[in-house]
Amino acid sequence: MSDENKNSKKERTVIPIGPYHPLQEEPEYFQLHVEGEIVKKIEWRTSYNHRGIEKLSQSMSYDQVPYLVERICGICSTSHPLSYVNAVEDLAEIEVPVRAKYIRTIIAELERLHSHLLWVGLAGHFLGFNTVWMWAWKYREPVLEIMEAVTGNRQNYAMMKIGGIRRDIDNEDIPSIKKMLDDLKPKVDLLRGAVMDDPIIHARTKGIGVLTPEDVHNYGALGPTARASGIKDDIRRDYPYAAYDIIDWDVIVEEEGDVFAKAVVRIKEMYESISMIHQCLDALKKENGEIETTVKEIPPGDGIGQAEAPRGEVFHFVRSDGTNRPVRHKVRAPSFCNVPTFEVTTVGETISDAAIILAAVDPCYCCTERMAVINSEGEKSLTGDDLIKMSQQKTERMRKSKKENK
Amino acid sequence: METLKSILYFIVFPGFLFTAIAGILVSWIDRKVTALVQWRVGPPFMQPLYDFVKLLGKETIIPRGSSKFTFLLSPVLSLTSITIVSTMLWHTFIMPSKGFVGDLIVIVYLLVMPSIAIILAGFSSANPLSSIGASREMKLLLSYELPFIISVLVAVINSGNEILMGNILMFQNNNGAIAGSLSGILAFVVAILCMQAKLALVPFDAPEAETEITGGPFIEYSGTPLAIFKLSRWMLLFVLPLFLVGVFWGGFRIEGIDLLWSVLKYVALLVVIILIKNTAPRFRIDQVLKLFWGPITFLAILAVILAYLGV
Repeated sequence: MSDENKNSKKERTVIPIGPYHPLQEEPEYFQLHVEGEIVKKIEWRTSYNHRGIEKLSQSMSYDQVPYLVERICGICSTSHPLSYVNAVEDLAEIEVPVRAKYIRTIIAELERLHSHLLWVGLAGHFLGFNTVWMWAWKYREPVLEIMEAVTGNRQNYAMMKIGGIRRDIDNEDIPSIKKMLDDLKPKVDLLRGAVMDDPIIHARTKGIGVLTPEDVHNYGALGPTARASGIKDDIRRDYPYAAYDIIDWDVIVEEEGDVFAKAVVRIKEMYESISMIHQCLDALKKENGEIETTVKEIPPGDGIGQAEAPRGEVFHFVRSDGTNRPVRHKVRAPSFCNVPTFEVTTVGETISDAAIILAAVDPCYCCTERMAVINSEGEKSLTGDDLIKMSQQKTERMRKSKKENK
Repeated sequence: METLKSILYFIVFPGFLFTAIAGILVSWIDRKVTALVQWRVGPPFMQPLYDFVKLLGKETIIPRGSSKFTFLLSPVLSLTSITIVSTMLWHTFIMPSKGFVGDLIVIVYLLVMPSIAIILAGFSSANPLSSIGASREMKLLLSYELPFIISVLVAVINSGNEILMGNILMFQNNNGAIAGSLSGILAFVVAILCMQAKLALVPFDAPEAETEITGGPFIEYSGTPLAIFKLSRWMLLFVLPLFLVGVFWGGFRIEGIDLLWSVLKYVALLVVIILIKNTAPRFRIDQVLKLFWGPITFLAILAVILAYLGV
């Protein structure tokens, strides 16, 4: 009997990860079909948290939408508004003042810094290395303090506005921000040492969950997930927005495609972010001027906006009919493309490794969740009002049957 | 009268009550030091006791399809075996001359029982995650038990082929600690690593691995059985380092200034455990097996050879 036949006779067990599981903080459901500890097949279900953001956005005016899309994701809460304003500016052909561009870059990079620190901590936690978790989150705190100093908020910064930004950075504050960044660097060094020099982390993550460049193309993986597989793919370089084409920076690429490479990409990107923020702050000292242009009206048309979120490309499509609210607003979060790669990365690995592989793309399920309505003739689709009516009818029926019983 | 005395030994001192209180205290130290390493504040002093009492008052849920008897037996099995070990150990510390031949072997066997209890618990829970946890615990047990027994053997050889716990202590009283010789220190290091695995702490916590299999064998436990399991784990954290102190590091002496030294030795071992736990990520179970059967067993065998040569 060949090996394959033998294997097929083995009984497969389904190991559930989710809908509520300490591995990930959002509801998601992965079914690992395992033989012994080896994963043979993976199935997943998301969409536990559909929030109807796109529909909501179509009922809001252009200036209100950034506040809404900011709340798609708690971690990359500036990528979505940035991508959205990019889309509207593309639609209405609005030129953004240079000072606003720099400040947009600062906010976006600070966000990447805190998001990557958060991921490093979580990855440590998933590997049972709780000290790294606590330390990374402690060192993330100064980044949030810079955010608070610059924008007034630790999360949901409310900085993006069509045609510019809402709050200026005071030139007098720049030295203190730079000082905070300089203090951050040795701490990132320490974390890099804790992650990249630890022999057990090497043993646990090297060669695990390898995503080949072909699979990156097949699944359309984005961001650090793609860059860890040797694909030099970065929206900031390919379709520059904000000040990314003015400042000097590198796209970080690693060749191996395993979990370790994904960690290395994120850690190296933190250094790039720090350097980018320094450059922008220096430029701000010289570049005094307006932080917004006045936008009178949005003409009819289509606009596309992209932004490189910490997890990959965020894509927004906005269609205008000349009124004060978008008629169509489509959002695609990076996890939408990254999550399906689990199909190739987890198969053949053990359950222990599957856990860290699932975490390695830094998935964000709630941001990804969308609902599609398919127009099917002959089938009745139920609206909210219908459901309320049905529930009222049911209550009536129950009351009647109770009365009859009496 | 003698029976009553033995029962008192078993229930109050140095048996259940004493070990339980010490275990709760030790688990607080563990949590507090861990918190300090991680720059957190940590729990208040009474927290482990609160946890335990609160769990006692919670509802006990027995999963459908599980083996009810085994499910409820395993925590008790774990608790009883650790209590017996503790009683025997303290009995020897206080009166080294009053043991029975082979009590060392009995202790080593009884120390396996908590792991067996976890395996039973996992397999009787009727849950795929707990089954995986149980099978991992089984692999873990197979991997560390061999080097652990070999390392204890070194102490036996060095003390002149004594399998009486009291005589090993007496030998160390007269000739210095077993860990003072080269073979002794090797065996001691091996035993410390095995102890970490026996306690199922990071990096050898694959059987429980909260972020992979959500607690493994304990996933279905609630209320009193969970409380008993937790208590027995804390007691193990108290008893196991003491056993190592007894076998390798000159024993635990009660008289005068020696008491302070003994406590310090114990605390040093505890700190080593906590530091290893907080400075390493988790091994995969096959890596644990390779590590223990490869380099660590080799070290243990080397220690035995050195011990025969009298080094």
